[in-house]
Amino acid sequence: MKKYSIAILILLGVFSSNVVAQNTISHITPSISAGDTAWMLVATAFVLLMSIPGLALFYGGLVRRKNVLNVFMQVFVLVAVISIEWVVVGYSNAFGSNSIDFLKPFIGGFHWAFLENINLSDLSPYFISHSQLAANGTLVGTIPHIVFIMFQCMFAVITPALIIGAFAERINFKGFLIFSILWTIFIYNPVAHWVWSSDGWLFKLGALDFAGGTVVHINAGVAAIVTAIMLGKRRDYKGHAIPAHNITYVVIGAGLLWFGWFGFNAGSGLAADGLAANAFMVTHIAAAAAALTWALLDWFIDKRPTVVGISTGAVGGLVAITPAAGFVGIPGALAIGVLVSLVCFCMVAYVKPKLGYDDSLDAFGVHGIGGILGAILTGVLASPFVQSAYSGAIYGNFHQLWIQFLAVGVTIIYSGIGTFILFKITDKFVSLRALDKHEEIGLDETQHGETAYTNFD
Amino acid sequence: MKKIEAVIRKSKFEDVKQALYDVGIDWFSYWDITGLGKSTEEQVVRGQVFKSGYIQRRMISIVVRDQNAEKTVNAILNSGWTGETGDGKIFVSDIQETFRIRTKESGPDALFNK
Repeated sequence: MKKYSIAILILLGVFSSNVVAQNTISHITPSISAGDTAWMLVATAFVLLMSIPGLALFYGGLVRRKNVLNVFMQVFVLVAVISIEWVVVGYSNAFGSNSIDFLKPFIGGFHWAFLENINLSDLSPYFISHSQLAANGTLVGTIPHIVFIMFQCMFAVITPALIIGAFAERINFKGFLIFSILWTIFIYNPVAHWVWSSDGWLFKLGALDFAGGTVVHINAGVAAIVTAIMLGKRRDYKGHAIPAHNITYVVIGAGLLWFGWFGFNAGSGLAADGLAANAFMVTHIAAAAAALTWALLDWFIDKRPTVVGISTGAVGGLVAITPAAGFVGIPGALAIGVLVSLVCFCMVAYVKPKLGYDDSLDAFGVHGIGGILGAILTGVLASPFVQSAYSGAIYGNFHQLWIQFLAVGVTIIYSGIGTFILFKITDKFVSLRALDKHEEIGLDETQHGETAYTNFD
Repeated sequence: MKKIEAVIRKSKFEDVKQALYDVGIDWFSYWDITGLGKSTEEQVVRGQVFKSGYIQRRMISIVVRDQNAEKTVNAILNSGWTGETGDGKIFVSDIQETFRIRTKESGPDALFNK
């Protein structure tokens, strides 16, 4: 008897969900999709995990033991401060629309500052594959607007955190904090607006950036090389990388980044559907291919596969697949994974020492170069079999490749010049370079008064 | 009383420990050390290969009665040997005085190994 009642309940459930589905199709009342919302809430938490502790461990393990807490602190404080910046002005500037017409394509206004004018019941105005008609005749997504805001908040947090890799071990903490806030407001928010906002000029041109290759990785990567050069070399830099103090941290960090990246990329479809599944799959395969390629390069060239190498390769693959995750299939993912490791390996092993700049943890070599390669390859490999509306150069659409080049070029120029200016301004008020003495003793002790590894009982 | 300090390969530590046990020396301290010398190790970081400039070894410090000094040194000489550059060194020095904290004994009687 009990079994029957359960069966009836299930049948009723199926029928009632059919009714809801029909309502959605006939656009009577737009409703939240529980499945999409549940996935996006989880994906948002995944992306936070990329920053703390993922990126913190990845970068913290790579520096020397006297600076590990400083790196942890930098990532941690950005999570706190940028999250607040995001609800105060960031979201409104990046995703809002501007009341001044000529600014519309470049920056959002302050309509949504402090998340004013956003209600609990509002549906996300941003969507990829799942949309429905709202009462006022506009299309909306299937998740609460707030979920979209929080998901994007995690992106805003991790982007300035990526730059830490370039200036690690030699930056004054106060200067770093001011610079990072300014950078997020004046570089991240506008570029996010250009590429992702429905008003953005690169979005309107048709630039493809599924989960942030341009906005996150190229943007941060270019800022990385600019700050690395402007700040100068570490006093102990001898033309080659300084060995990591704790490679086990690097591996844990890379693993958490890989894990979190499923939220980053598969969440960027803003729905729990086939597109998200595709993004999940290509993310995984590209990371695997890139990790393997880097390990093999190490093995052939330097005789031994290194652990830092395979971890770096995995992160490089994840970076490069980011813009492409919603547009390529398995062949594209494999090509991107293999190519990104080849290019980034050459960059950090041969080009960087030749040029002589000190990008401490290869934020530019991996995120910048990987992001640029990924964004361009998206224009080459985008497959109409994934999203029928988008195709790349190998499917005959050379126009897409040109737009990708344009988006990459504009981001490089804007981030490069903008970072230069913000660095100069910050440096006027607070010296960005840590004092020589502080750098020598270590930033943990001098900036935070703490020691990571003690002999205390 | 003699103090015997030996810098040995970490990979030879278990062999040396066993050899010391075999001659009846089972009371000593050891710690990991970093030093400079001829056999520097190679490091690979993201495709760049370079000499690390340092050597990782283990130091053993043993204080023994005079009559035990020779067999202790011989045990380490034989068990710590590989024949390659970098096998390490042994230093022997005199110890003026020893005290056992618990019993307040002093001199050779304060030492563990008879």
